[in-house]
Amino acid sequence: MEIPDLGPFWLTLKLATITTIILLVIGTPIAWWLAFTRSRIKVVVEALTALPLVLPPTVLGFYLLIFMSPNSAIGGFWVSMTGSTLAFSFLGLVVASVFYSMPFMVQPLQTAFEAVGREPLEAAASLRASPLDAFFSVASPLAFRGFITATVLSFAHTIGEFGVVLMVGGNISGRTKVISIAIYEHVETINYSDAHVLSAILLLFSFSVLLFVFIMNRRFPVGIG
Amino acid sequence: MAKLEIDTSIEFDDFNLNIDQKFSIEGITALFGPSGGGKSTLLRIIAGFEGSARGKIAFEGEYWQDGNGVNFVPPHRRGIGYVFQNARLFPHLSVLKNLQYADRRSENINEQITLNSVIEALDLSALLPRQPLSLSGGEAQRVAIARALLARPKLLLMDEPLAALDFKRKARILPLIEKLPLRFGIPVIYVTHAIEEVVRLASRMIVLDGGKIAAEGPIGEIMERHDIQSIIGRFEAASLISGKISRHIEAYHLSEVECGDAVLTMPYIDLSVGTEIRLRIRARDVSLALTRPEGISIQNILSARVLEIIEEQEAAFAEIIVDAGGTRLRARITRKSVAELKLEIGMPIFALVKSISFDRRAL
Repeated sequence: MEIPDLGPFWLTLKLATITTIILLVIGTPIAWWLAFTRSRIKVVVEALTALPLVLPPTVLGFYLLIFMSPNSAIGGFWVSMTGSTLAFSFLGLVVASVFYSMPFMVQPLQTAFEAVGREPLEAAASLRASPLDAFFSVASPLAFRGFITATVLSFAHTIGEFGVVLMVGGNISGRTKVISIAIYEHVETINYSDAHVLSAILLLFSFSVLLFVFIMNRRFPVGIG
Repeated sequence: MAKLEIDTSIEFDDFNLNIDQKFSIEGITALFGPSGGGKSTLLRIIAGFEGSARGKIAFEGEYWQDGNGVNFVPPHRRGIGYVFQNARLFPHLSVLKNLQYADRRSENINEQITLNSVIEALDLSALLPRQPLSLSGGEAQRVAIARALLARPKLLLMDEPLAALDFKRKARILPLIEKLPLRFGIPVIYVTHAIEEVVRLASRMIVLDGGKIAAEGPIGEIMERHDIQSIIGRFEAASLISGKISRHIEAYHLSEVECGDAVLTMPYIDLSVGTEIRLRIRARDVSLALTRPEGISIQNILSARVLEIIEEQEAAFAEIIVDAGGTRLRARITRKSVAELKLEIGMPIFALVKSISFDRRAL
């Protein structure tokens, strides 16, 4: 059996890793704010972050493509700054994936932070811990399982994305051709053996990741989150 | 004596909290009142946990919030310690690590407080390696108290720390709490709706009812006030009196206590002769007689004089305050008895004390 080009596989891993890291950085404060705010616009933000769950990926991809186009304000600004377009680039894929996978980061974290609640944070404050200190020393360890779930789901969801990538990134080998696109292309060109190999890799990989999550969940049985 | 100044008014759905007063906080100051009277809310406002609470709070002249909602000192910079009703130990840290969490973050301004002295005072050495989730309620609360002390607070706030514990566990922790202000030099505000705890622990008392301060002052004074009896509970009407142990009668396992000119006999108190103590005599345990009764089992029969007669309107009982050799006692008797004995102010009388309870060493 011939090994097909594994480039799309590595590109997918790279995309998912970068997306997940960015989401951890921006999704955590959003989830924190949603968990503890008493603001009336909370529901609006909640609905916005959940939008990619219900929106067809092609619709999300379409709007992102419009925003990234050199004719739009954002896309135009990007071209004037960097000299290249955001659409049909790896960076464009990252931006699109961050939007697309946002609910998979925000929702588990929000649930975990809500489960931690204000009580341990008040206790930490009464022991001289600043809010940031309390976040790292109390809230994060207590929400550890939430972080694991959110990270894995965001990562896995980014790996599985297809529609958004197709709209925003197209199918450029080495830049935007991720594994799901590559499999689709192999099937379209009736190259079933390569489609088989890539699909099996994805299947095994996804199963291992989920297995890891469940093992982690058993090993860290701290009740909350 | 520490000064706490509070000027705040907050509207809730079911009641308003309206307070504008300067409090003296000394030893343990009980914040007492019926459930739902705003005690815990007031404590949370002092701590800074109610971020939306407007109003002015100053402790020892230092403003924690200035009333304009501008200068709000966040809880972690107020220098308070807080013991919650539920211990709120960090479940991901062992008991020792919970204590170290506080110890490492606090400025060492109080030399009496060290990790070891606190562990010893609250008898925690056996619990150190344990995980909080494996502790009993009483054990967890002892750890929580120790943790709050290790924050080296300028003011320790305790929100009904014993409410969730059964009688036996309470009895074990009360003496530990009692010692805290003296041993570690920290003033305590102690929220409770249990008058027994107030009497046992506190030297001063703030009575909060329906969001308003009903009374504030030294505990003996407050307990005698009639206008707040409905809040404190008439059933528990009692005299708090101070005395000195004058003699132990070992053969009968009794002690004698001198209170002014009167001498009271009571069950043996395990303290040396000469120790100043505080006693509590419930009004319903005091009967009155016109002549000294004989052939009666009651040990404490004191000659006294009627100071005050307070009859309850449309009720069976009256309260008589008598002076027994310089000690004020309260007697709760029926209005029928008042009429039959023809009691009058200034009249000599005998007070029969059925039972006395030992509160604690006077501080």
